[in-house]
Amino acid sequence: MNTREKILEAVLKNQPTSTPLPDIDSFKGDNTDLVQKYIDVFKTIGGNALSVDDITAVKMFINQNFDTSKRIVTTVNELSDNLELISDTVDPHTYNDVELAIIKAHFSVAENGAVWLTDEVMGQRIIPYICQHLAVIVNAQNIVPTLHEAYQKIGLGEYSFGGFIGGPSKTADIEQALVLGAHGPLSMTVFIMK
Amino acid sequence: MSQTKTHAALAGAFIKDEERVDWHDGALWFIREKRDKASKQIPEWEELREAASQIKSNVISNLHDYLLQFEANLKKNGVIVHWADSAEEHNEIVYSILKAKEINQMVKSKSMLTEECGLNEYLEERGIEVINSDLGEYIQQIDNEPPSHIVLPCIHKRKEEIGELFHEHLGTEKGLSDPTLLTRVARKHLRNVFLTRRGALTGVNFAVAETGEYVVCTNEGNADMGAHLSEVQIASMGLEKLIPQKKHLSVFLRLLARSATGQPITIYSSHYKKPRKGQEMHLILVDAGRTRQMGRVDFRDSLKCIKCGACMNTCPVYRKSGGLSYHNTISGPIGAILAPNLNMKKHADLPYASTLCGSCSNVCPVKINIHEQLYKWRQVIVKEGYAANTKALGMKAMAWTFSSPGKLTTAGKTGRWFLHNLPFVVNNKLNPWYKQRDMPEAPKESFGEWYVKNEEKEDNRQ
Amino acid sequence: MTVGLFIPCYVNQFYPNAAKATLELLQKFGVNVVYPPKQTCCGQPMANSGFEHLSQGCNEIIVENFSAFDYIVGPSASCVLHIKEHLHSDKNEKQAAAIRTKIYELVEFLTDVIKVEKLDASFPYKVGLHHSCHGLRGLHLSQMSELNAPAFSKPQQLLSMVRGLEQITLDRLDECCGFGGAFCVTEEAVSVKMGKDRVTDHTKNGAEYITSSDLSCLMHLEGILHRNKSSVKIIHIAEILNATV
Repeated sequence: MNTREKILEAVLKNQPTSTPLPDIDSFKGDNTDLVQKYIDVFKTIGGNALSVDDITAVKMFINQNFDTSKRIVTTVNELSDNLELISDTVDPHTYNDVELAIIKAHFSVAENGAVWLTDEVMGQRIIPYICQHLAVIVNAQNIVPTLHEAYQKIGLGEYSFGGFIGGPSKTADIEQALVLGAHGPLSMTVFIMK
Repeated sequence: MSQTKTHAALAGAFIKDEERVDWHDGALWFIREKRDKASKQIPEWEELREAASQIKSNVISNLHDYLLQFEANLKKNGVIVHWADSAEEHNEIVYSILKAKEINQMVKSKSMLTEECGLNEYLEERGIEVINSDLGEYIQQIDNEPPSHIVLPCIHKRKEEIGELFHEHLGTEKGLSDPTLLTRVARKHLRNVFLTRRGALTGVNFAVAETGEYVVCTNEGNADMGAHLSEVQIASMGLEKLIPQKKHLSVFLRLLARSATGQPITIYSSHYKKPRKGQEMHLILVDAGRTRQMGRVDFRDSLKCIKCGACMNTCPVYRKSGGLSYHNTISGPIGAILAPNLNMKKHADLPYASTLCGSCSNVCPVKINIHEQLYKWRQVIVKEGYAANTKALGMKAMAWTFSSPGKLTTAGKTGRWFLHNLPFVVNNKLNPWYKQRDMPEAPKESFGEWYVKNEEKEDNRQ
Repeated sequence: MTVGLFIPCYVNQFYPNAAKATLELLQKFGVNVVYPPKQTCCGQPMANSGFEHLSQGCNEIIVENFSAFDYIVGPSASCVLHIKEHLHSDKNEKQAAAIRTKIYELVEFLTDVIKVEKLDASFPYKVGLHHSCHGLRGLHLSQMSELNAPAFSKPQQLLSMVRGLEQITLDRLDECCGFGGAFCVTEEAVSVKMGKDRVTDHTKNGAEYITSSDLSCLMHLEGILHRNKSSVKIIHIAEILNATV
């Protein structure tokens, strides 16, 4: 008997009588004031969330707040006139020097400030982790209250890789002192587009 | 191999530095308070705990079928699946995967399972360098010490001590202890590790049977930095990490970070499903004592654990004795009910490292009845013969005394007489109570004696 | 109604005033109280150490002595909880089962059965309430701080009826004192540290007295208070509720 059979047999022998799954469909969030709730929560996490009217506002913000002499990449077509589009065929290691990455999220979650991204919008999986600063655009009507609504939207999911990202990377491993910028980005900005 | 020191002995040594204990205790209590604040913002918090508990009960009771479903979906997704019965077998599998690709440097994100299996030592002995990328685990690694807490690996270390380690291993300025500056140095050093390692290993927080994907939760982004730059990605997973359906993630992800640190969610909750183009993805399903625990009727619910660490943060014994006093990878209350299954002789003292206060069971997001299991493990340990002989004799003497009212009255009277007239017989070095506490005063008569006298007086009056 | 008075072994020997106060307090509410003199111990010391199988003798004595009463009341949350959860009899399981449903700790008996609304008691001091873990998480005498659930406290309810008594607020509402039975000597260092920290919480918040439903906790805290020459005293809650001077 190989290990797989051995383990499966041990599991079958030791598992107790089946107990049913609970119904979790009654867990729901509150749909009011989602934009403000999202902005408030995201701020407490150390991120910066702001409402914008259009893509021009995003461009202006970037020019005013980031070092445009450094490498800025994006998967957002409307920004590709003067920003580098991410290629999904090059070696991910070549994105090591990215200062700022701007990508579009599928939606975001008000209760925890997280945005949902998949490899489809990331361009390359490494992008939202390897950049020094991350900026994400999300439509205002794509903010859901809790993770319950989030997973309804995601469904079984057609992606190969997906992730919630809830703010700048952080650690408190040294005497519980909060430090923003562990291995992932040092900052995160979310543009909530009307 | 040296004899493992008991929890009591290790705790005693830790407590000698009272200033450090107060600091350690305060730091962890603060995290417990953050957890309370977060949980009270969710009106349905207790219902979520109940739902999570029931989901995990369903998993344990249907694990066989969920494993088959998970395996089939993993394969559909292009993931290579392995099964490991023991820690040794797990380590062999990791080694063989790396060897096949001629990889001799690996970067690893947090995995308590691999810590339990002794993976790093196993690989290092065979010429493969492993670097822990989680900052807390990295610090413990360079100090050659295991993690003391499953979520906060070096919570017991002062920043000056960490600064000293960085000075020795990373060449930072002597005396530098600012957390931000130290973190920036680690960021730079580990970035180079991420960029150059072809092999990456992660743990698994939750594995979804329905879709064959698994979720890895970090705050630092280190799991993703390693995985997305690697040629070979390995995930090591305990059998019990399965959950049935994708939507169940909503319940667990709402509970996990709030229970652990008071955050609404970890910064990164990454769902790994299919390998990157040109990348190999492996998943190792590990038993290593889990099926044996499944067979223990009173203790199988300990397998519901989602490794949040809330029980450690609330436990006053843990806070005041430190995780390293538990001589087991998983420490604290949950460690004390998992460890005796792994090695009853070595860990017979752990269920006794508790006052059975019950706070752990209340903070557990999956409602494991930890304090009840601690009580039940004590009965097992005594039955299996691991209680100290002196204790057994003492207990038998106590039972004999209590089995007769006459014997107890005599014993009580005698005890009080000695305390009153010859206190030094009791108040001395042999009496552990007396080390730092005074004995209670001995009243002239017991309540029983007073009652009988009083009743006689009443009878005489009538 | 006739109540059988259950007095824990160590209360009988070392804290008879708490037992007397319990008796007097119940009588004040018109309860007919009987103290069966042949009682011994609830068996908890053995059971909590893993020697549950040795507590059968204690169990039989409890069943023999207490089966006849309408209720059994004891001034110890810890012992009452143990009996509620673990009392079994080889000879008389039916009686044992009945006892498990009619045994009460003093505070819960006063609030839930007698339904006390006022007390003729006076205790003009600053009092810190220590929530014993067995009373709190076992008998649910008060709400547990870990849970997201409505606040309540039976002991606080009763203490608020005592004239002149000022209840202090602690930094940590319900942390364990560290007694833990045999733990107090097998893990002496941790036990004492836990006790010292609880004492500090009370003293820095102004307590003149520390009270509780459990004298085991209080005995442990008292040992530390005395050793450190503190002026703070311990007192069982029965003695406060029965205090008339």
